[in-house]
Amino acid sequence: MRMLERETVDHVARLARLELDDAETEKMAVELSKILDHIEAIRELDLEGVEPTSHVIDIVNALRADVPHLSLPRELALASAPDPTDDGFGVPSPGASAE
Amino acid sequence: MSRELLDLTAAGAAAAIAAGELEAGELYELYRGRAAADELNAFSWVASEPAPGGFDADSPLAGVPLAVKDLFCTEGVPTQSGSKILEGYRPPYTATVVEQLLQAGATLLGKTNQDEFAMGSSNENSAFGPVLNPWDSSRVPGGSSGGSAAAVAAGLAPWALGTDTGGSIRQPAAFCGIVGLKPTYGVCSRYGMIAFASSLDQAGPLTRDVTDAALLFRHMVGQDRWDSTSLQFPEEIVLPGRERLDGVRLGVPEELLGAGGGIEPGVRASFDAALALAEGLGATVLPCQLPHAPHALSAYYIIAPAEASANLARFDGVRFGLRVAGDSDLTTMYSRTRAEGFGPEVKRRIMLGTYALSSGYYDAYYGTAQRVRTKVADDFRAAFGSVDFIVTPTAPGTAFKLGEKSADPLAMYLNDFCTVPMSLAGIPAISIPSGLSDGLPVGLQLAGPAFSENRLLDAAYALERAIGFDGRAAMMGEARA
Repeated sequence: MRMLERETVDHVARLARLELDDAETEKMAVELSKILDHIEAIRELDLEGVEPTSHVIDIVNALRADVPHLSLPRELALASAPDPTDDGFGVPSPGASAE
Repeated sequence: MSRELLDLTAAGAAAAIAAGELEAGELYELYRGRAAADELNAFSWVASEPAPGGFDADSPLAGVPLAVKDLFCTEGVPTQSGSKILEGYRPPYTATVVEQLLQAGATLLGKTNQDEFAMGSSNENSAFGPVLNPWDSSRVPGGSSGGSAAAVAAGLAPWALGTDTGGSIRQPAAFCGIVGLKPTYGVCSRYGMIAFASSLDQAGPLTRDVTDAALLFRHMVGQDRWDSTSLQFPEEIVLPGRERLDGVRLGVPEELLGAGGGIEPGVRASFDAALALAEGLGATVLPCQLPHAPHALSAYYIIAPAEASANLARFDGVRFGLRVAGDSDLTTMYSRTRAEGFGPEVKRRIMLGTYALSSGYYDAYYGTAQRVRTKVADDFRAAFGSVDFIVTPTAPGTAFKLGEKSADPLAMYLNDFCTVPMSLAGIPAISIPSGLSDGLPVGLQLAGPAFSENRLLDAAYALERAIGFDGRAAMMGEARA
C-alpha cells in the first residue's frame, strides 16, 4: 500500500480549511491511504471513450423567467449568524494570513 | 386501546380518521407520548404541542403524525443534520417535501437522529449520540436515516421521512425490519434538504408497509421551482394492490451476490426463501449481469465525498451555527470552527473529496469515477431489457453491534455494496423485510428502471403479503427484553 505523505495531508487539510492536530494528521494519512488503495482499483478499468456522467437525469439548463421575487428578509437571514452586524455578517480580520 | 391504535398502519389510521372512527388528536397524543419517552435516542427533537392549525381530518393524510429526518429544514424547529456545527440552528424556511406533506395534512411529530450530514451506515456518527436498534439495543439501526427507521420500527412514529444517497433509507429499513423507498433521482425536491452529495441525494419514505410508503410518496413528488434538478413524476402514484407476480421477471445479479459482496449465509437464506415465494406467485427468477456493479462502491466513495467537500464548504462559522474564533484571523477561524464542529467521519470524507478534486488528481479520481458511473448506469439499462426488476439482499449482513465497525471505515463502507449501484444510476429501489436471521431483520431490495415506482411498489406489495413479516415484537420492546 502506498502511504500518503504527511505534507500531502497537510496540504489537503489547508485546502479544506480544516485544522488537524498531529495525531489526527497521522491517523488521517493511514485511513485515507487504506481507502484510496481500495478505490484505486477502478483506475485499472478500460474506460477509453466512455463519457463521464455528472448527472443522471436528462435535463439541460432548467431556466426560469427572469422575474424579481421576494427573498429572505435581512433580519431573518442574519438571525442565525454568530456575529450579525447592522448590515451583514461580522467576521474576524483576514489578517496577515490572507491569501 | 392504545395497543390497537398502535397496530394501525399510517394509511389505516388516516382512513379511520377520515371515517370519523378515530380522532387525529388522540393518535397524535399517543405518538407524542411514545416519542417523548424514546429510549432508543431516535429523536433529536419532539414537538411539545400539535400544529397551530389543528388537525384536518378531511385532508389526504388526515393529521397523521410524521417524523422527519433532522437534515430537512423545518422553519423555527431545530435542524442540525446530526452535526455539532449547526448547534442551535433554526431554519427560516421549510423543505419543500416537508411543506407538501404538511399541506396534505400530515402533522410534524419530531425530528429524527441521523449520521452527521448523512455520512454513515450505523448512525454512530451523530452529535446526538448513537441510535439503538429496536430489535436488539446492543446493535446499530443502520444509517444514515437510523433515527427514522428505529422510530417507525419501534412504533414511536407511524411513518417517517429519510434521505438516501448511497443506501441511507434502504439499509436502515432493512436493519430495523421496515419498508424504505429510494425514489428515482429528481422526482422529489431537494430544496431544504441539507446537502451531502447533490447528484445522489433523494428524499423517501420509511414506513411499516408498502401501502404506507406509496401513500407518503404520493404526496412527496413534484417539480419544484426551487430545485432546478427536480422533475414532474410522469403519472399519479397509486396505492398498490397486486396479488400475483405472473409474467414478472426478477433478475439476480451474480456480481453483487458473489464473493465480493460478502453476503452472510443467514441473509442469503432469507433472500433465497423470498425468491421461492416470488416464484410461487408466478414470477420468473433468472440470473442477470451488472458487470460494473462491483466497482460502484469505489466510484461512489470518490463522487460522494467530492460533492460533499464542496457542499460542506458553507459551514465556516460566518452565517449560522458554531464559530470558534478567539483572537484569530479569518482563515484560522474557518479552520478551527470546522475542526471543532465536524466529527471524524465527516472530516475523513471532506479530506477524501478535497484530495480527489485537487489539482493533478481530478481526472485520475473524479473523472474515472464519473466514467464508471456511466458504465454502471449502462449495465442497468441493458439488464432491464430482459428483466423487470433487479433483486438483491439490501445489505450483506444484519444489524451489527455498536462499535463493531466504527474503527474500520472500509468495513463500514462495504455495507453499501448492494445499494450504491442504484444510487449512481439514479433508479428507484425499495427494501422490504424478507424475514429474520438469528432474530434480526433481513432486507430484500427490488430495483426498477427510472420512474417505475408504481410497478415497483406493486411488486413489493405482492411479495410483502406472501412473506407475511411481523415486526410487532420491535414495537412493544419485546425483542429488546
